[in-house]
Amino acid sequence: MHIVRYRHSPQSDLFAALDRLTNMRAEIDRVFESTVGSFSRSPAPLSRWNPAVNVYQDKDQFTVVVELPGLKKEEIEISLHDDTLTISGERKREESSGLEFLTERLYGNFQRSLTLPTAVDTEKVKASYKDGLLQVVLPKAEEAKPKQIEVALK
Amino acid sequence: MNILSQPKKDQAMVPNEDDRQAVYVAPPADVESTDVGYVIRAEMPGVEKDGLEITVDRGELIILGRRKPIEVTGELIYREIRPHDFRRVYELAPSIDSTKITANIDQGILTVTLPKAETVKPRKIAVQ
Repeated sequence: MHIVRYRHSPQSDLFAALDRLTNMRAEIDRVFESTVGSFSRSPAPLSRWNPAVNVYQDKDQFTVVVELPGLKKEEIEISLHDDTLTISGERKREESSGLEFLTERLYGNFQRSLTLPTAVDTEKVKASYKDGLLQVVLPKAEEAKPKQIEVALK
Repeated sequence: MNILSQPKKDQAMVPNEDDRQAVYVAPPADVESTDVGYVIRAEMPGVEKDGLEITVDRGELIILGRRKPIEVTGELIYREIRPHDFRRVYELAPSIDSTKITANIDQGILTVTLPKAETVKPRKIAVQ
């Protein structure tokens, strides 16, 4: 059993329903021992902050873009284990002097992991953070790059 | 001069601003109430200062944030980030002095400060 903190917002019912759906999917996945794509969102409750991710690919590299508005550079943690990239951290509330009138934003810990389709060169991974967008560039490992093979025509 | 070769303004090829079906995302936002007014903090990742348009019209505060296209190489292979611009409208309380609204954006968080008019601020009245 797990306890979900009560949020006084009409969205909380929706989130609870979505949570149940996610759990249901996990259940179905377990029964059929299938996984729907390696990039699918973690089974974490949806009422938690789950930053949105885009992934781009060209022949040399992958680029992962994550929406992380309102963080400081030092609050973002990026780690790479084999070909699994994990981005995590904690978002704190801004210091405030007033009363909360309306709260829609989500705070607290977040974590996103994604498995890249091919091996990457861990030494050459670069990241930047601007306008609330984190961008991680992961060059593909030499052996994973597509190679052009010349075939002689007789 | 042949008048037909002159494109008429109302037949211009560019669709009218009002005709275009704009799709927006409502950014999640917190509103805080203080003694001196209100503070709105909205999440608008990918929006720079230049992409912001904040207007006050007929007692409404309209926030429009245009996303800067993400500068990346390669093709998109997985997407969760919605590419649409942000828009949010708030009705202003009559106590807000709309001439003194200020805004600032930092790392994708837009902060709008809405001060109350001097006359409605709580004031201590000395008893004679």
